[in-house]
Amino acid sequence: MLDLSTSIAGVKLKNPTILSSGILGTSPDPIKRAFENNAGAATIKSIGPEPRNGNNNPSVIDFGHGLLNAVGLPGPGYKNMDVEFNELSKIKEPVIWSIYGNDIKDFVNITKYILKYNPKIIELNISCPNKENGMLFSQDKKSAANVTKSVKNAAEKTIVIPKLSPNVTNIVEIAVACEKAGADAINAINTMQAMVINIDAKKPVLHYKKGGMSGPAIKPIAVRCVYDIYENIKIPIIGTGGITNGRDAIEMIQAGASAVGIGSAVYYRGINVFGKIVNEIKEWMQENDYNLIKELIGIAHK
Amino acid sequence: MKKEQKIHKKITIKQIINENYKTKTFFFNEDIDIKPGQFIMLWLPCVDEKPFTLSYKKPSGVTVELKGKFTKELFKLKQGDNLFYRGPFGNGFTKTKKNAIVVAGGMGLAGVSLLIKSLKNLKVIFGTKQKKDLFFTNRFDMEICTDDGSIGYKGFATDKLRELLKKEKYDIIYTCGPETMMKKVFDIAEKYNIPCEASLERFMFCGIGVCGSCVCGNKLVCRDGPVFSSDDLREMNDFGRYARLKNGRKASLQEYHKWRS
Repeated sequence: MLDLSTSIAGVKLKNPTILSSGILGTSPDPIKRAFENNAGAATIKSIGPEPRNGNNNPSVIDFGHGLLNAVGLPGPGYKNMDVEFNELSKIKEPVIWSIYGNDIKDFVNITKYILKYNPKIIELNISCPNKENGMLFSQDKKSAANVTKSVKNAAEKTIVIPKLSPNVTNIVEIAVACEKAGADAINAINTMQAMVINIDAKKPVLHYKKGGMSGPAIKPIAVRCVYDIYENIKIPIIGTGGITNGRDAIEMIQAGASAVGIGSAVYYRGINVFGKIVNEIKEWMQENDYNLIKELIGIAHK
Repeated sequence: MKKEQKIHKKITIKQIINENYKTKTFFFNEDIDIKPGQFIMLWLPCVDEKPFTLSYKKPSGVTVELKGKFTKELFKLKQGDNLFYRGPFGNGFTKTKKNAIVVAGGMGLAGVSLLIKSLKNLKVIFGTKQKKDLFFTNRFDMEICTDDGSIGYKGFATDKLRELLKKEKYDIIYTCGPETMMKKVFDIAEKYNIPCEASLERFMFCGIGVCGSCVCGNKLVCRDGPVFSSDDLREMNDFGRYARLKNGRKASLQEYHKWRS
């Protein structure tokens, strides 16, 4: 009997696939659809302090080796989302509530506001490259630790997971600082800052000019980050970045991830990608005589 | 599935035709391989990128109403100017040889033009507010309806639809236009037990099924649609009722259309 269940700081997931933030999760309906398609957990699009329109288009393109996006965190703002929050709170499967803020106060206010909806997990989006100061709190260990500590204090018993940026000199020391500040787990990584220029238009393709790169192109970068972080912290890691199939997921788990974020793969393989990846993981486990996915976490370090 | 142009490709405007006081057709120097009901993303560098259906396939062209910032910039372009596209994206209409009826409202006619061209046994109803909003009247044989009766049948396209359904049997109803009209068309189709396909519109960021900006119920208009069948429409609670603004807030269709106009 194959057991694909895993857990993130005590929250049990039936399988390690997690819908990443910013993909589909604009409303409860597509979140439910991800669960219907066998996602182990699903993250909502980051909730922000005020209504925000995001950037102009083009905001997402497939450049051939991955996606480049600068959607720019559009959202109604946390005070205009009670209908959505209420519906999200009724979902039995683990929903991860992603939040962002312009300062620590925003993070704390949003956390306090959503607590009445009993979120199981709060993810701190401190690593969005597509808005001014979107990466402010992921650039150095002190800022990352401060925001983690403040939210953790406000979040009562809710699990808090900072999502880290790869656009830093040393992601490990930031992960370590977050752990010390009380983070229950780490999500690594958010997108890589990048640019594509259309040479015929002689302009950057994205209206925001720069964007965040995701998809297959960043998988080796994400695997390296997770591998290094795993060696230095004890809390679980959600490994995110370019996971498209079951073998990718197993690679990330072997690097040290307890669960894996799935984002761009929704574009490559459709919303039913979760079930597909789960089946591919099962096939590999069967062929290689593993019954428990947990046995594979960090196995590449041994 | 037709091959998609994933990154933007340069196209040149070959010809511009004035269709009416606020509507132009832009013909391109390149024929885009597209299925009726699919859409392309048109990019004007430094302005924006928006979804459009082709109203002509060979030569390819889009028929556009002057409406907002993007179309204002588009209307400044002249023959020989360049713009960029990617796509086609989305699913498209189902083909049929059976007796079909197409109900188009306003600019929705541009969205079903390739469909009309591809069907053999069909009746087209085209409704607009007034005579001066009409276009393609020489291109297609249509039952014209105007709200004010300035030409053709005085009344809504949906009234004309009811009238025609009483007289003759149709096997499928296609519709594209204002969503309140499409909702009525769908309700009539349900009453007569006729399959319906509607081409929906929502604000889109990515156009390729990842960002979730265009959700209608649990469906993505850009990737699951933009054409939805009766089975889908029945399940889509937002259809005919709600749409999301650019900032993602769920608004009544009325508020949404006010923002879009």
